[in-house]
Amino acid sequence: MKFLKDFFEKTEPLVQKGARFHWLNSVHDGFFTFLFVPRSTSQTGSHIHDYIDLKRTMSIVVLSLVPALLFGMYNVGFQHYKAIGELVSTGFFSLFIYGLLKVLPIVVVSYVVGLGIEFAFAQMRGHEINEGFLVSGMLIPLIMPVETPLWMVAIATAFAVVFGKEVFGGTGMNIWNPALIARAFLFFAYPAQMSGNAVWVSMGKTDVPVDSFTGATPLADIAAGNVNFSVADAFFGLIPGSIGETSTVAILLGAAILLITGIGSWKIMVSTVAGGVIMGIILNLFAGSTGLSPESAAFFAMPFWHHLILGGFAFGAIFMATDPVSAAQTEKGKWIYGFLIGILAILIRVINPAYPEGMMLAILLMNTFAPLIDHYVIQGHIKRRLNRAKLSA
Amino acid sequence: MSEVIKLKKGLDIKLKGSAEPVMEVVPVPSSVALKPTDFPGLTPKLVVKQDDVIQVGDVIFYDKYHPEVVFTAPAGGKVASINRGERRRILEVVISTDPGSGSVQFRQADPQNLSAEEIKEQLLKSGLWPFIKRRPYGTIALPQEQPRDIFISTFDTAPLAPDYNFIMEGQLETFQTGIHALARLTHGKIYLGVSKTSVFTNIKQVEIRQFTGPHPAGNAGVQIHHISPVNKGEVVWTVNPQDVLFIGRLFETGKVDFTRIIALTGSEVEQPKYLQTILGTSVTSITERRLKKTGYSQRIISGNVLTGEKVKPQNFLGFYDAQVTVIPEGDEYELLGWATPGVKKFSASRTYLSRLFPRKNYILDANLHGGERAFVLSDQYRKVLPMDILPVHLLKAILANDLDKMEQLGIYEVIEEDMALCEFVCTSKIKVQSILRNGINTVIKELG
Repeated sequence: MKFLKDFFEKTEPLVQKGARFHWLNSVHDGFFTFLFVPRSTSQTGSHIHDYIDLKRTMSIVVLSLVPALLFGMYNVGFQHYKAIGELVSTGFFSLFIYGLLKVLPIVVVSYVVGLGIEFAFAQMRGHEINEGFLVSGMLIPLIMPVETPLWMVAIATAFAVVFGKEVFGGTGMNIWNPALIARAFLFFAYPAQMSGNAVWVSMGKTDVPVDSFTGATPLADIAAGNVNFSVADAFFGLIPGSIGETSTVAILLGAAILLITGIGSWKIMVSTVAGGVIMGIILNLFAGSTGLSPESAAFFAMPFWHHLILGGFAFGAIFMATDPVSAAQTEKGKWIYGFLIGILAILIRVINPAYPEGMMLAILLMNTFAPLIDHYVIQGHIKRRLNRAKLSA
Repeated sequence: MSEVIKLKKGLDIKLKGSAEPVMEVVPVPSSVALKPTDFPGLTPKLVVKQDDVIQVGDVIFYDKYHPEVVFTAPAGGKVASINRGERRRILEVVISTDPGSGSVQFRQADPQNLSAEEIKEQLLKSGLWPFIKRRPYGTIALPQEQPRDIFISTFDTAPLAPDYNFIMEGQLETFQTGIHALARLTHGKIYLGVSKTSVFTNIKQVEIRQFTGPHPAGNAGVQIHHISPVNKGEVVWTVNPQDVLFIGRLFETGKVDFTRIIALTGSEVEQPKYLQTILGTSVTSITERRLKKTGYSQRIISGNVLTGEKVKPQNFLGFYDAQVTVIPEGDEYELLGWATPGVKKFSASRTYLSRLFPRKNYILDANLHGGERAFVLSDQYRKVLPMDILPVHLLKAILANDLDKMEQLGIYEVIEEDMALCEFVCTSKIKVQSILRNGINTVIKELG
């Protein structure tokens, strides 16, 4: 690896300001620091620093997403072969390879487009390249339906990076979760292509589905009044849905990684789930009330804990709500923020007839309100400090 | 036993190279120095010129805005040089020592028989006043002010910090004399923060409070916060235990005696131990022939690894420092360092394997281990700051130059050392201490 270090060290003067390749400075720096932790030492303040840095943090989050990604690939194959009725005759690896070939291009597009823009902005601003997109670039494919055209993935990613992040000043400054911005962009810009029943299961042009095939997600089915999913399938993830969101097991594995390393906030995870459970119970209580259409009544009556294993709830609670930048930043605020996400997600999911999924909108909404929550928590803190001063005076 | 205050938040960084309880008396160094840069916010006015012959206790410079606050020579001899930096700012006044030189005579008296005014005058004239620091701000106490209380922490929890129980051996009576003097200067109390096992528990004229918990439990700022916090408009003073000895000696002997025991520590030290030397001694006198010979570069720190100052062998120790730490510089690239399992890498986070297999102690170098970023994680600082303060929001208020918020969020209660651990644990490598000092300077400038 010495030749690599030598290469980067030798080329360093060439990318400095005023030198010939100055426009490659951020790219050079990005790759160099990716391969080698810089030798820069502390010049002010503390002489020693923790070994953790943003690269370590972000790579752990990416690692925690790997189970969901791998399972998502498998499930894409599974759903495909199930739809064409060849599930029994197809082996595990064929299923996985089919999914891999479907999912990988989406991942590549997301990273290439996102990192490209990230590099360009870093160079324009004269900043170092930020690691934030390493996570966003993985989250975006995982929350896409598998049949999303690649050009849409590219546009959505570009929109998310530019308007979701860079306009605010880059990683650490954004108000909304960039990956969810990408998803919301597609949802509102291309509603015809992004909802309905045709996008969740990968089908070739010549594939003929079996008679019973609808392609609908369980939530869409439930909203239409027919509850016919198996709890085990929903828990293990063998249901149609966005690539990474279906398997509660894979998501729990990721959650374990985030909690063991302490990177994800357990307060947000717990409070989001608590909010979802409580809203689910409340809806259960109103399931028998008059005036509900039969479809709504069925949705209201669905056991509250089914909400946790269906749709994007688990994925959102573990990986999206916990984004430290767009979440509430005070400890008390985190409880409120997560709890309201849980409440809103289930509320939107069940009450809103147009779209039987509420996690994305709930998180984006609470991202918007997180600064307000923090503001009041901080005001409370200040008030307490003032009281202390008055007491001692 | 007195009240015990148990602190949970904080972090003990277990470094290699703590000082053995062995004392070595270092011969008088050939040169010592006083550095105006050791005092934040000070504008020095020089009294001596190069080649002036001086005695121990002669005035070297004074504070332009408080001329009664003078700084005196820790050793007698000749003013060898006055080193200046940018815009002719005085960096250090170097004295080449002469063991035969005399000492300025001050009043020798039991402080219990003196009035507050007499004690104050003696401390000011002898140059011992600058050892008294004030909160808010951590700057030198103002002679005209009445502190609400005085706080002395008798134990240091910083990494590899000296053990004052050991240093105080045979000097407790002098310490008591110093306490008697200080007690005259406040209508309030003198609070002594002590650790679980402490030789200070029999000191009189003080209120004793025991603290347990990880660093920064030994910081005066943290102890003040838990005993009786500083509110807007209030002033308390803090003094280091060894500096109380200076005060005690002054009244017992009528002379200033800046003999100080320092701990020479760190993984790069051949034999970490205690050295008896004098204030402002040259770094060489401490480190020469005492460091390991290595192929890589070393960093010498006057003070501890969290708050100390980087010095070179030709420099001098800081005015308040009772510790010298030597660690590897760490100015080397590390291939994919952020991706390694990290069995040997100490981290307050749980992202390295060292968490599962903790070692007795670690070697940490001065590398930043990553690039500087914007604030991303929100819960790291809080875990290492045992105070009712929102550290990230305080820092953001400083960055936004929002004076009201700085006040409301508690800038009067903290100085750099209290938030040094925040800087250590920071994922984004934010320069917490320098931001905080900038904020304090802004507050001093705007509000006085």
